[in-house]
Amino acid sequence: MPARTGPALAFEGVTKRYGGAAAVDDVAVRIAPGEFVALVGASGSGKSTLLKTANRLVVPDAGRVLLDGADVAEGPAWRLRRRIGYVFQNVGLFPHLTVAENVAMPLRLAGVPAGDRVAAMLDLVELPRALATRMPAELSGGQRQRVGVARALASEPGLLLMDEPFGALDPVTRETLASAVRSLHDRLGLTTVMVTHDMAEALLHATRVLVMQSGRAIADETPAALLAGAGGAAAQALVAVPRAQAERLAAMAGA
Amino acid sequence: MSEALARVPALAAQHLLLAMAALALAVALALPLGVVAARRPAVGRVVLGIASLVQTVPSLALLALFYPILLWIGGVPALGFLPALLALTLYALLPIVRNVATGLTGLDPAVREAADGIGMTAGQKLRWVEAPLVLPVAMAGVRTAAVWTIGAATLSTTVGQPSLGDLIFAGLQTQAWALVLAGCLGAAGLALGVDALLAVAEAGAARRRPTWTGAALGLLALATLAASAPLWSSSERRVVIGAKNFSEQYILARLIGDRLVRAGYRVDYRDGLGSAVAFGAVAGGEIDAYVDYAGTIWSGEMKRTDVPPRAEQVRAIADWAKRTRGVTLLGALGFENAYAFAMRPGGAVRTLDDLARAAPRLRLGADLEFLDRPEWAAVRRAYGLRFAGATPYSPTFMYRALESGRADVISAFSSDGRIAAERLTVLTDPKRAMPGYDAILLLSPTAATDPRLVAALRPLAGRISVEAMREANYMVDRDAGKVSPEAAARWLATRTGL
Repeated sequence: MPARTGPALAFEGVTKRYGGAAAVDDVAVRIAPGEFVALVGASGSGKSTLLKTANRLVVPDAGRVLLDGADVAEGPAWRLRRRIGYVFQNVGLFPHLTVAENVAMPLRLAGVPAGDRVAAMLDLVELPRALATRMPAELSGGQRQRVGVARALASEPGLLLMDEPFGALDPVTRETLASAVRSLHDRLGLTTVMVTHDMAEALLHATRVLVMQSGRAIADETPAALLAGAGGAAAQALVAVPRAQAERLAAMAGA
Repeated sequence: MSEALARVPALAAQHLLLAMAALALAVALALPLGVVAARRPAVGRVVLGIASLVQTVPSLALLALFYPILLWIGGVPALGFLPALLALTLYALLPIVRNVATGLTGLDPAVREAADGIGMTAGQKLRWVEAPLVLPVAMAGVRTAAVWTIGAATLSTTVGQPSLGDLIFAGLQTQAWALVLAGCLGAAGLALGVDALLAVAEAGAARRRPTWTGAALGLLALATLAASAPLWSSSERRVVIGAKNFSEQYILARLIGDRLVRAGYRVDYRDGLGSAVAFGAVAGGEIDAYVDYAGTIWSGEMKRTDVPPRAEQVRAIADWAKRTRGVTLLGALGFENAYAFAMRPGGAVRTLDDLARAAPRLRLGADLEFLDRPEWAAVRRAYGLRFAGATPYSPTFMYRALESGRADVISAFSSDGRIAAERLTVLTDPKRAMPGYDAILLLSPTAATDPRLVAALRPLAGRISVEAMREANYMVDRDAGKVSPEAAARWLATRTGL
């Protein structure tokens, strides 16, 4: 049982338009503390845009986002963001800082002495402590994203937002990291929202899957319910891909 | 020669001080401008457009432009350090602004997103992420600006700010190539030295060695501070003597200076002043004394086109200068340095009337300002002169052009030793289109109130014959066995019994 639990997150009628087109169209979702929600959909379905309204990297045209009942639009954006861990596909490690300095940056922002926290964070994401003094350019893609996760969690946020976090990694690293993040989610009692276009990843690691299409949330089910056929035709079309692959692989193994 | 070379360290110090002050000011302005240019592309286009426009203005003209601007503003010195500083600062802006702006806009968007995502304020993002990442590009811009500034600072001579350009301009004028070389090598040495120190500072920043950066920048600051030392040690007043950019002016400035030194004054020289700048400088007190020519003031400053007898003209100028600008005309030196059209010996053309008939087949070689001067307009009007072509030369090369046949007529000076030495034909001016050009000694309002100074210079009036002046000029201008203006001034003093 984790020592603490992440915050509740609620999207209320969130709409965001670019030009005339609505990227996010009147989405209302309530996420309970401790949930691991995967936002799944094709490119341009609005999943990333919706995610970024939570830490104000995107400001909605209508509706609001509540974090433990408080509107995220109140107060300066930087204060909100320091309470939220954010991991994204391009990682964005600071290239002029060492791994340790990157991980410690949120602590520096909070004015908290790093102490042995950096070493503990590297342990948490299963990176050797010897990497602490390396520069980001010297790391592999998987190592970089682990550092990104360590940095996002360094200041112990309750909410973790991930935007295609493993999209640029090879399949092995991708699976290892996703499992690692899921176990971190459980151990730290986080509330996690992860954007992915990969339904298999969503089904395997999330506790709840939200399917988006053309800016709208068209399905909101548990992985088990989706696999059992719930969520409607569009959601089932997404589920059909990994299911068919798994069946073909099983058939080949059986032959 | 060696006495001129002895000026190198002092001039190099002034040069370094000016260039570093301009560079520091440019960095202070360009950093925020670069940030604004990157944040607001519309503003950026305007800022970079203006900075590029400044670059297209030749640096010599940019320096010269600040003189009338500062004069118009008033209340600040229009000559010397200030206009040079402002012009060089403007000149140094472009590479720094451009590099900072392109560096910022070229930053990896993921790094910005990460900085925002972990909750940096705009200030923290700039300080901890953008600034260190843009630093190498910005430093490259600063180094470019440093080299440009040190090079362009040689031109500050023309607005009365001493620099290594003093040696280059004086050497170019008197064909003392050792002086030109000393000035060039000095400036190049300064540029290389400063660039090397900035390179070390840059490498220190890139390789996370703050001690390197600190040591290099500290050394640069120390050198600049040392260069400024003479400024705070000598609080006593020095008499500043101006000279335009030709040999006779250098010689007369030394003649005046030597007399003042003997009278117990400390003397500085502002060599190479532009003709238009010099009178304003003496009126504004930036220089205390210099020699000008009656006709130059008559047509250039007073805008007169009539041609009175010489003595009457000098009296009228004395009265006008005192009344309107507070400048004292201490006296005419005794010789005239008039514009005179000269041709190779043995030709049939004797007068300007003859010249007008032959002109369509002839090419005119003029000094750098003659074609823009009112005297040229007056002569052209009076005689209907129309040449096949007209090319401006620096005076030394003008004589070469006549000799080699690239020019058929030149706008010579009547006190020039080369006229006699090369037996040139000086054309007469039967219609008296050109005013008299008596050399006149002018004093600033402050200098004129110093009786000891006036007493030391008064004996110069009426003492210098055109023959003596020609001979002294030729000593400096001739190709073989030339002497320095200082030596020629001493010779002239002995010859005239001063």
